[in-house]
Amino acid sequence: MQIRITPDRFAPEQELAMFLGDGREDAGACATFTGLCRGGAVRWLELEHYPGFTEARIAAIAERVAEARKLLDLRIVHRTGRIAPGEAIVFVAALAPHRSEAFAAVEALMDYLKTDAPFWKREMRETGAAWIEPTAQDITRRARHKETR
Amino acid sequence: MARILFFGRLRDVAGCAALELEQCGADLGALRDLLTRDNAALGAALRDQSVRVAVNQEMVAHDASLEGAREIAFMPPLSGG
Repeated sequence: MQIRITPDRFAPEQELAMFLGDGREDAGACATFTGLCRGGAVRWLELEHYPGFTEARIAAIAERVAEARKLLDLRIVHRTGRIAPGEAIVFVAALAPHRSEAFAAVEALMDYLKTDAPFWKREMRETGAAWIEPTAQDITRRARHKETR
Repeated sequence: MARILFFGRLRDVAGCAALELEQCGADLGALRDLLTRDNAALGAALRDQSVRVAVNQEMVAHDASLEGAREIAFMPPLSGG
């Protein structure tokens, strides 16, 4: 299991290649999700975290999800700092014997990261800066997963 | 000596990311009162129910004791991904 919080730009395809690099014979499915910085009115995003605390909180949840979903391996990469439109913000990959567990784990982890991981996100727009907080929909989605409560 | 950390929009209201206090009070209520004295807007923002608090990197209740507290973090709603 690898969890990485980084201020550096990363390539999701390289993360996937490294994640699958070992080649395990007991794996039957790998599901991934990549969250991207959407452009339009947003010039760039700024993501802040709480060093030490953020890593520990995500690791605790990731271990619970990995156990509940019987994952063989898991990788989470999350950017911080200034992120430009088109760049990846987050990458989550789950390796499991079967696809249903891999899909479910990625979805549970993303719903958790959206509402409960210690990150603070600010959109820099033409009109100024705006802090982004979880929507009611984000919170409802998160409540569906018992392993991340 | 305790270090107080402000994240997200709370940093804007506090005007800084961190500050050091010789005396931080017996519990979180006392600390919020102390911080309100210099900055009424910060006091109000810290009392918002959506703000979470960690003491020494452990989540705590809003009225937690600050005995042994070295680092107190005030966190507005979290949003990653």
